[in-house]
Amino acid sequence: MQHIRAHVLVCGGTGCKSAGSKEVQLEFARQLEQKGLSDEVMIVETGCHGFCEHGPLVIIYPEGTFYCRVKPEDVEEIVDSHLFKGRIVERLLYHEPLTHEQIPSYSEINFYKKQKRLVLENCGAINPEQIEEYIAVGGYEALAKAITTMQPQEVIEEVKKSGLRGRGGGGFPTGMKWQFAANSVSDKKYVICNADEGDPGAFMDRSVLEGDPHKVLEGMAICGYAIGSDEGYIYVRAEYPLAIKRLRIAIEQAEQMGLLGDNIFGTKFSFKIHIKEGAGAFVCGEETALMASIEGRRGMPRPRPPFPAVSGLWGKPTNINNVETFANVAAIITKGSEWYSSFGTEKSKGTKVFALTGKINNTGLAEVPMGITMREIIFDIGGGITNGKKFKAVQIGGPSGGCLPESMLDLSVDYDSLISAGAMMGSGGLVVMDEDTCMVDVAKFFLNFTQSESCGKCTPCREGTKRMLEILTRITEGQGREGDIELLEDLARNIKQTALCGLGQSAPNPVLSTLKYFRDEYEAHIKEKRCPAGVCEKLANYTITDQCKGCGLCARQCPVQAISGQPRSKHVIDSTKCIKCGACMAACPFKAITKG
Amino acid sequence: MKTLEDLKALREKLKSDIKVRQGSSTKIIIGMGTCGIAAGAREVMKAVLDELAVRHLNDVQVQQTGCIGMCEKEVLVDVMRPGEPRITYGKVKPADVKKIIAEHVVNGRVVQELVVGKIEQE
Repeated sequence: MQHIRAHVLVCGGTGCKSAGSKEVQLEFARQLEQKGLSDEVMIVETGCHGFCEHGPLVIIYPEGTFYCRVKPEDVEEIVDSHLFKGRIVERLLYHEPLTHEQIPSYSEINFYKKQKRLVLENCGAINPEQIEEYIAVGGYEALAKAITTMQPQEVIEEVKKSGLRGRGGGGFPTGMKWQFAANSVSDKKYVICNADEGDPGAFMDRSVLEGDPHKVLEGMAICGYAIGSDEGYIYVRAEYPLAIKRLRIAIEQAEQMGLLGDNIFGTKFSFKIHIKEGAGAFVCGEETALMASIEGRRGMPRPRPPFPAVSGLWGKPTNINNVETFANVAAIITKGSEWYSSFGTEKSKGTKVFALTGKINNTGLAEVPMGITMREIIFDIGGGITNGKKFKAVQIGGPSGGCLPESMLDLSVDYDSLISAGAMMGSGGLVVMDEDTCMVDVAKFFLNFTQSESCGKCTPCREGTKRMLEILTRITEGQGREGDIELLEDLARNIKQTALCGLGQSAPNPVLSTLKYFRDEYEAHIKEKRCPAGVCEKLANYTITDQCKGCGLCARQCPVQAISGQPRSKHVIDSTKCIKCGACMAACPFKAITKG
Repeated sequence: MKTLEDLKALREKLKSDIKVRQGSSTKIIIGMGTCGIAAGAREVMKAVLDELAVRHLNDVQVQQTGCIGMCEKEVLVDVMRPGEPRITYGKVKPADVKKIIAEHVVNGRVVQELVVGKIEQE
C-alpha cells in the first residue's frame, strides 16, 4: 500500500460534466500514470460544488486549491507544476469579478464565504458513489442514534423543536406532518421523497441527489422509523439520469452494509427504498398527483382532504417530503434541534439552497441561512449582474412564485416575508433579471409554462390560465385593450381561490407580482403600444439616429424596403412597412439604428 | 453492521482515508524548487511516502514547497506537528527519512543533527 499524499477532486455534477469534466478526469488519470504519480495521488469524482458557472472545477488537497474552467489541455501543467513541484497554476485560479483578485483557496471565495452549507456540506467534498466516504464524514450515525437510542415519538419531537419546514415550497412544519402520519393507525405506511423538481432554472434537488444521495436515504429511513413505515419511494424525474444512477448505487451499497433493508442495526426496524422514475409532468410534483403516478395512474391531483397522512399511496397513510427537507434531518438528529434552530429567523429555521440563474455573474447553487437579504445573495454571493448592467427584478419560487423589484432587495429571505411581498420561497429557484428584461414578457413566459403544464382536470386552471395567457399575448403584441389589467386581476383572483391544486392556485402569482411592482410597464404596452425594455418584437420601434452616414447598407438589407434616403444623407424607416426583423440594426456599421 | 458502535468503529477506520481533505494534522513539507529536485527531493519524497505507508500513518499530510533560498542545504524537509514549531531539516537523504519519521513525526523528538532551523508559529 502507498501513502496517498494528494486528492484531486474533479466535479462530476451534471453542470461540470456537460462542460467536459469527464475528459479532464481521464486526462488526470493518464498524466498521473505517465509521470509515475498514480500511487501517491488519488482522483475523486465528487458531486456538484455549486459554482457551476466556473466549471469544470478541480480542487486539489491538502492545499485546497480551487481551479476553475479546467480543460484537458491544462491537466499536464497542473500535474507537472502543482502535483509534482507544489507550485500553484495561477492562471487557472478563480478571479473575483468585482475586485479582479486571484483567490487560491476554496474557503476564501466570496461565493462560498457568505454561505452556510448544512445540506450541501458533503456535495463536492465526497465521492457520492462510495458509501465509505459518507460514513467517514459521520454518515448514518443519525439513523443509528435514532433507532437504537430514541423512541419514534422522541424523533418527531426533535424535528418539531428544530423548526424545520418543508423545503419544497409550501413551508409546512415537517415535525407536524410526521406527527399526523404517525398518528394514523395502519398495518402499512409509506414514506415518499418528492424529487420531481420541475421549476425552470431550479436544480437544487438534483445536485443534492447527485452529490450526497446517502444523506437523503438516511433522512427517509429516520422518517420511516418515526412514523412507523417500512417502505419508501423516491419519485425522481427520468431527466435526471445521473441522480438516478447514483441513487441506485447508494441504495445498493446501503443494503449491502445493512443500513437499509431488514432489521437495521439488529433492531426490529426494517426499511426499503424504491426509485420511481417520473415522466416529467410538472403537475406530478403536487403530492396527490405524484402518488397517483406511482400507483400507475394518470398524474392528476385530487381534492384534499383526505390528506396523504390519512390516506395516501394505495390508500395507506403516507408522509411526503421534498429532497432538501430529508437532507436536513440527519444533522438535526446528530447535532440536536437546539443547534439547528440557531440558524435562521424566528419562524424560518435553518438554511435554504437556492439555484442562481439568469443575468448573474456566479450562476450556481448557494446555501444560505434563512433571513439573509436578497441583496446579499445576488450581489455578494452571486457576484452581481452580468456585463455591468443594472438589476431590475428577481423571480423567486419558479412559476408559482413572484417577481421582486429593486426596492425589495433588502427583504429578509424567509417563508413569511416572501409571502407578504407577493412571492414565495418555492423550491428555491432564483432567476435574476437585468434592465433589458420586459416584465410583461416574463409573466407571459411563466404563465405559458403553467398553462401548458396544467393537467386539465379543473376548469379554473384549464380555462382560466388559457384566457390569461391570451390577454398577456395580445398585450405584448400591441393589441392590449383598456381594461385588460383589471380583467387579468379578476381572473387571477378567481383562479387562486378555485383551482384544485397548488399548480393552479399559484399559477397567477407571476402576473400578480409583476402587476404589483411593474404596473407602469403593462400600461406602457397597452396605452402607448411601447415596450420600455425593447423586448416585445411587435412593439419595437426602429429609428435611425444622426449617427447615420448614409451608406445605404441598411436599406439594402431591409427585406420589405421600409428604409429610404439619399446616399450620404440620413436615412429613415417607414414604421408602417417595418416588420421589426432587426436586420438593419445588425447591418449598420455606425450603430446608428436604435430599438425602443 | 449491528450497532452504533460498529458504525463508529468503521468510521474511525475510514476517517483517515479522507484526512487529506480536512487539514489540521502533522505536515511534512518537502522543498521542490529546481534546487531541491536537483538535489534529489523526488527520491526523498518517495522515501517519505513509503515510510508513511509502512507505518500506516494515513493522516500525515505531505506537501511541497518552492525554493526558500537555502539551496545549499537542499533537500530541505519541514516537519510541522499541530501546535509545535515548524522544524526545517537540511541535506536530507532518503536514508534519513526513516529516522525523521520515527523520531519526530511519531514521537515528537526533533532529530537535532539534521536541523537547520526552527520557525515559530505566529
